[in-house]
Amino acid sequence: MSRSDEPQMQGIETDTWQQLLRRLRSAPVLATFGFLLALMVFFSIKAPGKFNTGDNLTRLAQNVAILTVVSVGTTFVIAARGIDLSIPSGIILGEVFAAEALRHISVTTNGVPGKAIDVSARDTNAGYILAALGAALLAGLLIGLLNGVIVAYLRVPAMIATLGTLGAGLGVALIIRHGVNVASYALEPVANAHVIPGVTNLILIAVVVFVLGVVGLHLSVFGRHTLAIGSNEEAARRVGLRVQRHLVKVYVLGGLANGFAGFLSLAYFTTTSVGGHTTDNLQAITAVALGGTSLFGGVATMFGTLIGVWIPAVLKNGFIIIKVNPYWQMVAVGAVLVLAVWIDQLRRRGQQR
Amino acid sequence: MSESTITTASPAGARATLPAIETVRLTKSFGTVQALRGCSFQANPGEVTALVGDNGAGKSTLVKAMAGVYDPDGGQILVDGREVKITSPQVASALGIETVFQDLALAPDLDAASNVFLGRELRMLRILRDQREMRRRTASQFAKLGVGLVQDLRVPVASFSGGQRQSVAIARAAMWARHVIMMDEPTAALGVIQTAKVLELIHTVRDQGLAVIFISHNLPQVIEVADRIEVMRLGVRVARFRRGEADLDLLIDAISGAFANDTSDPGAAGRADQLDEGVQP
Repeated sequence: MSRSDEPQMQGIETDTWQQLLRRLRSAPVLATFGFLLALMVFFSIKAPGKFNTGDNLTRLAQNVAILTVVSVGTTFVIAARGIDLSIPSGIILGEVFAAEALRHISVTTNGVPGKAIDVSARDTNAGYILAALGAALLAGLLIGLLNGVIVAYLRVPAMIATLGTLGAGLGVALIIRHGVNVASYALEPVANAHVIPGVTNLILIAVVVFVLGVVGLHLSVFGRHTLAIGSNEEAARRVGLRVQRHLVKVYVLGGLANGFAGFLSLAYFTTTSVGGHTTDNLQAITAVALGGTSLFGGVATMFGTLIGVWIPAVLKNGFIIIKVNPYWQMVAVGAVLVLAVWIDQLRRRGQQR
Repeated sequence: MSESTITTASPAGARATLPAIETVRLTKSFGTVQALRGCSFQANPGEVTALVGDNGAGKSTLVKAMAGVYDPDGGQILVDGREVKITSPQVASALGIETVFQDLALAPDLDAASNVFLGRELRMLRILRDQREMRRRTASQFAKLGVGLVQDLRVPVASFSGGQRQSVAIARAAMWARHVIMMDEPTAALGVIQTAKVLELIHTVRDQGLAVIFISHNLPQVIEVADRIEVMRLGVRVARFRRGEADLDLLIDAISGAFANDTSDPGAAGRADQLDEGVQP
């Protein structure tokens, strides 16, 4: 047995190139990534010059941007062995709060008094945008805080707690808006303008959120505590983690992502969508699960989530392009989801002692 | 301070050094059940102190009181001769007291280093983990303890055997313990070879100068491993032995109430009698 100062164990040093490659090869996320690549190759061959064009891929990235933001938050929630069904109410309340903020800002355009919500994309300014952003994040914060407190302190199962705030949040949004949507171009530059030529801001924002998610989940102490709580809550408590407080933070993080998605949605679609976004929670959970994050907590990858967001989007886009009835996408996604989680279960059962 | 006179009034033959941890007439009730009825106990640095007793004698309650899991109703806990209030596991940690619980309290999906440093991560830029340094220190801790079982520090501990997991839990406790390390039945679920390994580990930890408190029902093992044995019965300490003083029969007598030699706290027996009146038959 080695008792020297140079222990003969693996994994102490940072991985070399080859080690990293070897490790990647055994990572489950690679199988999903391979599947996504195979899909893209398949559609590229079936529809050359249609699927595999820069335009189409940019459009795809734009389509998945908002779901990416939501799914980054959801990955944290699921990593902590939670679930957030209230995503649609977070998004819609985010939209509605943002719209209300804009409705309460008085502006004078060319000498005509009015409200910020009615300004054109050309006349908007950073002040309006920040006010709307603050309001949307406030909505997300409130609903996330409510979720976290109900789950962590009142000990209501997350499924029920967030089902409750899903319904209640949607109700509040309808009450505020009297069931009527409102359009606004004030936020449009947030989504559709270009800071980097060729890449809309919406895509850029999604990329930034994803990178923050990777750092937060995989490199930060916060992410490690989230995984520890998801893996064994009691163990986390015994080593002195403040489990309840941490869970509230995780749900608040999820809520903020949803509220921010609402802000982006209002910017991108230039209208609120009370009554919309109804399956965003299921889409986000599908993406997270497809990516290999365990619904039993403790195991999560942000890269997997990104792949999980793209697979359904590529399927839908590809089916439309090769003129398969796009509703088949729903069938395919359902099958792939079950298959992916089943394979993951098999792998885990083989590993667990 | 009056406590310090109690502390020094230890039985003849005890070492001159202060006990690393000591309880004085600790009481703890759960409803009408009195789990501790004035329990005194001590563990010295550089010694393995075995805590034995029948089921319900109060061993786990005593350990949990010292670990900050339970708040005792009365009595004192002294660390290095100073009275302390251990109100939470964090307070215990701050005092250099670490516990290996029976269920180990590991996060199975995390790797060994993440488990060892859970809640005490080394940081970079305030919020990021310094995983490389944590792995390096974990590896050198394992090497120091002679844990050769863990081969890859990256794999989740879920894929470890029972003995490997036990080693991780003990290594974690030994890494952070400055005074006292308590182990609740560390070998209960292990095979022969793994048990030998863990017992060896216990001695290694002791030789680093820590007080090791060791709960076990396996009396031959206790006699083999322990430098001192303290016997609990019905919530009080009834007997204490130094290495070689007790054989199996004597231990069983003490556990079952046929033998007692604890004269350090003459009030305890009388108080226990009084308390008996309040207890359901």
